[in-house]
Amino acid sequence: MSRFFPLSDNDRREMLRKIGADKIESLFSSIPESGQFKGTLNIPSYSEQELLDLFRNLADSNTPTQSFAGAGVYAHYIPASVDSLASREEFLTAYTPYQPEISQGTLQAIFEYQTCMCALTGMEVSNASMYDGATAFAEAILMAKRVGKKKNTVLISDAIHPHYRKVAQSYLENLGIRIKAIPTLNHKVDIETLSAELENEDVFAVAVGYPNFFGIVEPLDEIALTVREKAPKALLVSVTTEPLAFGMLTPPGEFGVDIACGEAQSFGNYPGFGGPLLGFLTTRQKLVRNMPGRVVGQTTDVDGKIGYVLTLSAREQHIRREKATSNICSNQGWCMLRAVIYLALLGKAGLRELAELNHRRAETAKKAISRSTHFEVVPGMSFNEFVVRSDTDLEDFVEHSVVNGMFPGVRLSKFGLAPDEMLITVTEMNTVEDIHRLVELMEAVK
Amino acid sequence: MKTLRGKEKTIFQMGGEGKRGMDLPKPEGLAPIAISGPCMRSTTPDLPDLSEIEVVRHFTRLSKLNYGVDDGFYPLGSCTMKHNPKINELIASLDGFKWSHPMLPYGMVQGTLKAMKMLEDALNEITGMDGCSLQPAAGAHGELTGVMMIRACLEKRGNPRQFILIPDSAHGTNPASSAFSGYEVKEVASDETGCVDLAKLEEVLDENVAGMMLTNPNTLGIFEKNIQKIADMLHEKGALLYMDGANMNAMMGKARPGELGVDVMHLNLHKTFSTPHGGGGPGAGPVCFLKHMAPFQPAPVVDGEGGYHKLDWNRPDSIGKVHGFYGNFLVALKALAYILSLGGKGLEQSTEDAVLAANYIRASLKDNFHVPFDIPTLHEVVFNDKKQAEFGISTLDIAKRLIDYGIHPPTIYFPLIVHGALMVEPTESESKEEMDYFIEIMKKVAKEASISPELLHDAPHDTPVRRLDETKAARNLVLRYGGGDE
Ligand SMILES: Cc1ncc(COP(=O)(O)O)c(C=O)c1O
Repeated sequence: MSRFFPLSDNDRREMLRKIGADKIESLFSSIPESGQFKGTLNIPSYSEQELLDLFRNLADSNTPTQSFAGAGVYAHYIPASVDSLASREEFLTAYTPYQPEISQGTLQAIFEYQTCMCALTGMEVSNASMYDGATAFAEAILMAKRVGKKKNTVLISDAIHPHYRKVAQSYLENLGIRIKAIPTLNHKVDIETLSAELENEDVFAVAVGYPNFFGIVEPLDEIALTVREKAPKALLVSVTTEPLAFGMLTPPGEFGVDIACGEAQSFGNYPGFGGPLLGFLTTRQKLVRNMPGRVVGQTTDVDGKIGYVLTLSAREQHIRREKATSNICSNQGWCMLRAVIYLALLGKAGLRELAELNHRRAETAKKAISRSTHFEVVPGMSFNEFVVRSDTDLEDFVEHSVVNGMFPGVRLSKFGLAPDEMLITVTEMNTVEDIHRLVELMEAVK
Repeated sequence: MKTLRGKEKTIFQMGGEGKRGMDLPKPEGLAPIAISGPCMRSTTPDLPDLSEIEVVRHFTRLSKLNYGVDDGFYPLGSCTMKHNPKINELIASLDGFKWSHPMLPYGMVQGTLKAMKMLEDALNEITGMDGCSLQPAAGAHGELTGVMMIRACLEKRGNPRQFILIPDSAHGTNPASSAFSGYEVKEVASDETGCVDLAKLEEVLDENVAGMMLTNPNTLGIFEKNIQKIADMLHEKGALLYMDGANMNAMMGKARPGELGVDVMHLNLHKTFSTPHGGGGPGAGPVCFLKHMAPFQPAPVVDGEGGYHKLDWNRPDSIGKVHGFYGNFLVALKALAYILSLGGKGLEQSTEDAVLAANYIRASLKDNFHVPFDIPTLHEVVFNDKKQAEFGISTLDIAKRLIDYGIHPPTIYFPLIVHGALMVEPTESESKEEMDYFIEIMKKVAKEASISPELLHDAPHDTPVRRLDETKAARNLVLRYGGGDE
């Protein structure tokens, strides 16, 4: 008998008697004979102790490493308070807050998260989370399409995360939306091509990375100006995989971006092999009715007391069905909770300091690498990740580094991009000593 | 349900300049800032300034305004609010897993990839399907993925077709997922037994139909007795059968969709497989499929040939990617831990107990609450407010009154084909004592409805907030602190 089952055999007999059934099998008689599974599922069972051993062994067969990996998922220090508070069962084991009177904890946390995300991005409205940055991006384009109505072309910068572009393609191609790629020039949006493509009357949105996939801070002011001049009706969408950058960078909202979306895993969530992540999507108040996903609003109860509820649900699938603004139902609520706890701990000053610490460590790495023999840093203003180019075989280099306990960065050929380039990410988790070790390994290649 | 304080300020109304809740390594010996120009932020984002203890107290107090599965009975129909084992959380927080990065070489993440493969294999065994992808992040995401696969499969045969058929009892995500895959939706009416009406199906089924999304057991908790026939009818017209497996908790070890004619389906790991809902997510919605659909599954695919695990990206017929990486891996781990805690026999027992519990509640309350479809049900039972309506009492009133007794309300007003639905799903995690308490309270509430209806109208009474003005929330939008008119 499993420890998960609170019914005793005696309970089961009494319950069957109340139902008026002679045996448990008769409760399944609505399954036609021809559809019944007569065997036993071939899955072993483990005691809790054995189970933990099994999973410890699996976890231990992953190789621990010093790492400069980023490219959409970031290792940041997570304060103990985040784990501790988020583990409270009242948060962890609750459902979506459909009954607001007994869900004010979750609802207020979402309201606070929405406020924090607006502050970070300079936008007016945030939803309560999407699955991840890639799906938030795809849904942002679909949202723009709803606003752009008859127009059918979206311009997507090649400097957006390749996985995000892939997901967007899966989402858009079935709907007949035309994607036109904007090529890069020096790892940035080629503004001239962008400007030329904007001559096309059919463009309903332009999407750029900020910072982009290569870590470069795109000149969002120039891009916004170009879009506004050439296609004033088109929506400008910015995509960010590392929103810690907003501790230092002018937020997209200040450049007049219409939808700022991306990945907020950086805030209090573990890399977790890429999931669960935290897609964010923020926009302007006037576009809120086209927004996908849940949103929490403030209201009052019958006694006039302030409280929070899920609102604007007339956009959502449970009401609008096939006409909904998205099919999303369950989202990433708990990851969002971790993010708001993290941001509350970090605060104004902490955000700026942490952003600067990341940036300056990355700059320190850039300086050291640019003095090395076989590696050069691709030029461009960056936040905490950047591209290096090498005249050695990068696959060999990565392998050699891994043997020496260091993962030096993500080869761009993993994304079908330049085989001689690698993306290096530096966070507060990488010390100056780690950076020196990285450069030593770079100098050791033949 | 009472908390020490019924009210908590927002973080933006607390704290003060100079305070901090997180300290950082000192920036010693570092290169200077190299960002300048219009992209250098000149404003300070308005985050709060709080010390650690203030943050700890704030979120602890907020948590006390919530109600979770660990607090008590949580019979949300269709949501399968079963026990969330604690060991699963510990396993998902092992350093080797939670710090594993998705771009590391395969040789460095063998444990992670192997765990993914183990879960895929277990889900295939449970569903009787041939293959599984863990990429979808929730049930609706699995639906979208599955319908995209149907589209890719039919495209490969020459014509993606135009319609997806969906029973009128379906969850809202089904039609929405179909629409987002580029299909038009045709609704199929249910018959008097709550199942798909075969005659109606016959009427709408033609060569323009790409497939049907069928929830089984359906949202009334009824096993679609004609599912094999439906599959045959679809297949004969070259269409495919998708199964919404949100209710798999009613079938484990009893029937396998792969043997019922289903081509592709999703599971909700946050329902059937015990992973916590986290106040809204993250879930995980793996898709399982028959061999003939395998080429179309999302890329990459975990390949464990010869004991070495890697990701196969070379999938020319794949629908592409639907997630930035490989899905909600840490959630998948929890589900695997649950499956291995129970084993095949235990999973079957959980299904038996869940079905027993739902039928026990049905038998105990059928004289007090109307059962609109008087057909045998599996893991859940749908009542409605017909008997109480004569006293001016609605489903909403009943739900809110339950809160006064420390019980989470059932799912209400779903499925849409039942007027005033009250959908109760007890799961296998409830003791008989807990269910008897629920039954006693439901009877009491039914009695109150007839003698003192105002008790129900005014409920809940003792919660941190009482009934909230949702119309006001939607009209006078305040979606962030300091936003809106207030
Ligand atoms: C029958 C059914 N289908 C689909 C879904 C959607 O699942 P999710 O919320 O994981 O997207 C649900 C969950 O509410 C459901 O009950």
